[in-house]
Amino acid sequence: MIRFDKVAKTFRRARVLDGIDLEVGLGERVALIGSNGAGKTTLIRCLLGEYTHEGSVTIDGRSPRQERTAVLGNIGFVPQLPPPLRMPVGQLINFAASLCGSNPQRILDIARRLGLALDDASGAGGIMSRQFVRLSGGMKQKLLIAIALGRDAKVLVLDEPAANLDPEARKIFFELLAERAEAVTMLISSHRLNEVSALVNRVVELDMGKVVLDDRVADDVSLSGKLACRISVKRVEPALAKALGSWNFTGSGDGLEWRGEVAGPDRLRFIGMTSRYIALISDISLKEMDGGVGEKVGASGTAVQ
Amino acid sequence: MKQLWLTAKLDIVESLRARWFQIYTLVFGGIVALLFLFGLTESRVLGFIGLSRLLVTYIQLTMAILPIFVLITTVRSVAGDREAGVFEYLLSLPVSLAAWFWGKIVGRYVVIFTPVFLAMLGAVLWALVVGIDVPWGMFGYYTALLAAMAACFLGIGMLISAVARGTDVAQGAAFLVWLTLLLFLDLILLGVMIQGKVAPEVAVLIALANPLQVFRTAALALFDPQLIVLGPSAYVILDLFGLPGYKVFALFYPTAIGLGAASLGYFLFRKGDLP
Repeated sequence: MIRFDKVAKTFRRARVLDGIDLEVGLGERVALIGSNGAGKTTLIRCLLGEYTHEGSVTIDGRSPRQERTAVLGNIGFVPQLPPPLRMPVGQLINFAASLCGSNPQRILDIARRLGLALDDASGAGGIMSRQFVRLSGGMKQKLLIAIALGRDAKVLVLDEPAANLDPEARKIFFELLAERAEAVTMLISSHRLNEVSALVNRVVELDMGKVVLDDRVADDVSLSGKLACRISVKRVEPALAKALGSWNFTGSGDGLEWRGEVAGPDRLRFIGMTSRYIALISDISLKEMDGGVGEKVGASGTAVQ
Repeated sequence: MKQLWLTAKLDIVESLRARWFQIYTLVFGGIVALLFLFGLTESRVLGFIGLSRLLVTYIQLTMAILPIFVLITTVRSVAGDREAGVFEYLLSLPVSLAAWFWGKIVGRYVVIFTPVFLAMLGAVLWALVVGIDVPWGMFGYYTALLAAMAACFLGIGMLISAVARGTDVAQGAAFLVWLTLLLFLDLILLGVMIQGKVAPEVAVLIALANPLQVFRTAALALFDPQLIVLGPSAYVILDLFGLPGYKVFALFYPTAIGLGAASLGYFLFRKGDLP
């Protein structure tokens, strides 16, 4: 499906990509990880036909540089940093939909699922007429995700896609990815593996422009799965209550017990959050809601069956 | 074609919301308003009466302001968009590079030409309302001259944007181009000729190659058909082209420079890294 053949890229004297050979098949979900300057963004830009380079990049045998419209019509891209576009949200959606030959309504539907208030009957609060650049970071991210997923893309290139999303939006984002998992190839770039580990079934690590790790990972985590979570705390702590509130958890009357749902792929992030308050937590349990194996997480934060 | 119009429309919408466009519109609208306010249509100097005096003053001021305005705003926004990641995102969408580049030029052209033209049109409409004579021939030719000037400097601006990667470098290069053209206006050339360091033919040739000078001379030619104010170089121009020929040259030559520069810019843009 995607083939990088001896791809090299040099900026002035700096060799940012150094002979990358990589093949990614249909349905693979690849985490592209590496530190700053490892070459992730450059590789993505080569894949999108935006950079000239040595070697060749092909998607289904076609070059994204030579056959731009045909190849890019099948790629949905979410950048790490949203572009500072001054155009209204409605126009951006129409522009992208027109170029991609898709229905703007599909983008709107996905944006709504992600929690964006696109229009308001009262005329206030809707964002269709607001400038894209004036939206919050999370709103921009949701909109760019909606544009990328609101068409029949065969390849999704996502650069830190969930970084600015709240837990509820991340849960829906994972569901959206799960709906397409079989039919698309995903390339998800991140600085840290734990941010994307639950989303992928293959990990490619870049360092100094070379592939230093290419490994398959256990694919047991369902993208659409959810975990029922219960947390008991020793005493009421406003900071923890606020953090759990942001995950849509509800507390008992005395504030000592909290219950809520965590998206399957988000479990690591959730445990990371709870680890900050580990001294306060007396009991925590995570149980797969669709009848899977329950997990009991000890106070140290490591999962125990 | 659809991609080109979509890109042009996108650029127009982006520009309309940019601060530079608001200042740009204010400047040209303000010039016309001030010219009316200072009663230029009422004055009678060197035979100019009615709106012709206002139009002559307006075109002279426009020639001083428009090139640097177009150059700086074009390179700032294009190079700035590239630096800010706008190119990275929008060029990940399935749009051909030709549609993108030329669509941007079309959109930008509409945005820079419209305020300049509307300001002049506003003056004409006002003149009709208050019963001032409108020199339609002059109005038509000045409109064409402004269109050629906008095309010329937009093309040069797009070429600079394609060559220079950063906003600072692009802005510096644009300023340098404008300064060079300004330095080779006829007054400077005249000084060089007086010093006897350059043959008069070479000096006139350089002046004719300078689009700023071409606009200036063409604008003068409308009210000074003998080009008396230019001195001896007028003989070369009138012998070479004749007055009608020079007026046509003044429209086509700068437009050709603009199109040539834009085409070279497109070639470089297509060959290099996009974001």
